[in-house]
Amino acid sequence: MAILIDETTRIIVQGFTGKIGSFHAQDMINYGSNVVGGITPGKGGQTHLGLPVFNTVKEAVCQVGAEASIIFVPPAFAADSIMEAADAGIKYCVAITDGIPTQDMMTVKNFLRRFPIEQRMMLTGPNCAGTISPGRAMLGIMPGHIYMQGHVGIVGRSGTLGYEAADQMKRLGIGISSSVGIGGDPINGSSHRDILEKFEADPETKVVVMIGEIGGPQEVEAGIFAKEHMSKPVVAYIAGLTAPEGRRMGHAGAIISSAGESAAEKVAMLKELGVTICPTPAAMGETVAALLAGM
Amino acid sequence: MDIHEYQAKEILSGYGVKIAEGGMAYSPEEAVQRARDIGGHLWAVKAQIHSGARGKAGGIKICKTHDEVEAAAEALLGKRLITHQTGPAGKVCGRLYIEAGTDIVKEMYFCFLVDRSSERIVMVGSAQGGMEIEELAENNPDAITKIYIEPAVGLQDFQAREMAFALGLDPELLSHAVKTIRGCYRALRELDVSMLEINPLVVTRSGELVALDAKIGFDDNALFRQQKISELRDKTQEDPREMAAADRGLSYVGLDGDIGCMINGAGLAMATMDMIKLAGGEPANFLDVGGGASAERTEKAFRLVLADKNVKAMLVNIFAGINRCDWIAEGVVEAVRKIDMKIPLIVRLSGTNVEEGRRIIAASGLPIITAETLAEAAEKAVQARNETVAKEAAQGA
Repeated sequence: MAILIDETTRIIVQGFTGKIGSFHAQDMINYGSNVVGGITPGKGGQTHLGLPVFNTVKEAVCQVGAEASIIFVPPAFAADSIMEAADAGIKYCVAITDGIPTQDMMTVKNFLRRFPIEQRMMLTGPNCAGTISPGRAMLGIMPGHIYMQGHVGIVGRSGTLGYEAADQMKRLGIGISSSVGIGGDPINGSSHRDILEKFEADPETKVVVMIGEIGGPQEVEAGIFAKEHMSKPVVAYIAGLTAPEGRRMGHAGAIISSAGESAAEKVAMLKELGVTICPTPAAMGETVAALLAGM
Repeated sequence: MDIHEYQAKEILSGYGVKIAEGGMAYSPEEAVQRARDIGGHLWAVKAQIHSGARGKAGGIKICKTHDEVEAAAEALLGKRLITHQTGPAGKVCGRLYIEAGTDIVKEMYFCFLVDRSSERIVMVGSAQGGMEIEELAENNPDAITKIYIEPAVGLQDFQAREMAFALGLDPELLSHAVKTIRGCYRALRELDVSMLEINPLVVTRSGELVALDAKIGFDDNALFRQQKISELRDKTQEDPREMAAADRGLSYVGLDGDIGCMINGAGLAMATMDMIKLAGGEPANFLDVGGGASAERTEKAFRLVLADKNVKAMLVNIFAGINRCDWIAEGVVEAVRKIDMKIPLIVRLSGTNVEEGRRIIAASGLPIITAETLAEAAEKAVQARNETVAKEAAQGA
């Protein structure tokens, strides 16, 4: 059934009536996502895009059974919106917002950890393109048409590089079960490892492509998880071979600040853990095709 | 965002951290005046640049007379200092901090940072100060103490005491140490600090705990709510091209190669640079134009890339999601016409409205090289760069 979302998932949009929220809400509806309403504090009771607007996430959960949420709230208020979703009982939340202060994300993570694990909201992002289960539902800002439905899972920090991977596979006739953007910030909701765990449990996913980049320990942690707990092959590409040390490459999290964070070091460690390495970003499609052919 | 030592000390002093007496100087005369104001017979003349390891680079001079202060100031002002943190280009010193000399009996390392892997605040200390922490971590990791702080609960006194003992401080200094550590923690939380380092933290002959150097880095994402901190920005310490890019909402990092890049998305930008390298070339820059690449923005991005005179070919790689390839293509054609480009341009478009985008490029009649895939784009860019270099060599000869 793909992971995290499908055509039945009841979705709300936080920051619904704003320009960006409206645009992407309409795009998600057009794709076939089951959007059931949105939140804009103070505009409760109104109708927007033919759907109800609520003052609080709790109202949306009670009245239309909202299960998943997508956040288009500006950076200064986004952390608050994420915590509101978690408190209201939303199960899965995608935060699109770019530029949330790091200490706010630290507060969010701390808030989420207070919930027992079975009641804890899953968060992906912030600063990501969202999640898509092709042919079923889109909870994000990606161009839906570049994804073909299939059996390869994608997890990555970067939006457009994820598009590149999906596009390379589509050219070779390979489809995607789900593609999840975890975002480019130093502290994010879910790690590569968290998403690998979901793909391992999904019967439809046969292979997972992990698109990482310089900075932080997440890719290697995911590699350790793959070696110890996964039956499915993992293919990885790590961007930033040419990135100099100590310089932030666009993403707040993409900075080599300590040992083991460069692309070359990550690739070496992943190789050792049995992860199949994509030698170049242009070979993501071919590498997956070769793996699938051998299965 | 980074700030200078004197600014960091001023902030810390406001949070109860003890610092040596000192003052700013922009000229040798001012430097001498500061030394007179401070009094005594020993001063440190310290170059204010955004980098650690200034001592090794000759950026800190200890002086015993006013004449020495003047000479040190003359030598440092306007000087380009190169440390392992500044990169080969170094940073120019435009300000000095004149500080009273300190009689040191013990040097320690202390810092607070927001730790991405534990998603908590970590306090790091070592009884062996003065050295770079990276060096210490490599040579003697056991000499480093790390204490993690739950952000919701905050720093507790027992944690501050634990650190004070790890630093090897005498019990008489315990309450002073707790006050210092607590002050640093409050600064970190209230000012959205991402890294606060005191290296060295020293015990003086008179038995005081003093921050002899201080370095603070702030979270750029939080500057919108830290107006006073934003005002401390010293633009002379930042790469002018990167500053210009940031002012235009673009993300740019200058590099040493000669193939200019304009790409949407940080990950795709890094991947494209990797492809250039794998194809035998070297990227001149990282440039993420982001999601809404309008014609105006495209032109600005072109000007930024081409301002680097090393650039021998330029590669545009756009995977349009929210963007549309036809808009990008129009922007590129307009920019090339306006700027009168002299070097080869390679354009690869993919995603939304790609056919229309390619048609616009082809119909423009401009000598734009197009590519369908990432690999093809990188190969063509390297080839075009080599041709430019060969042509220049032929002209030179």
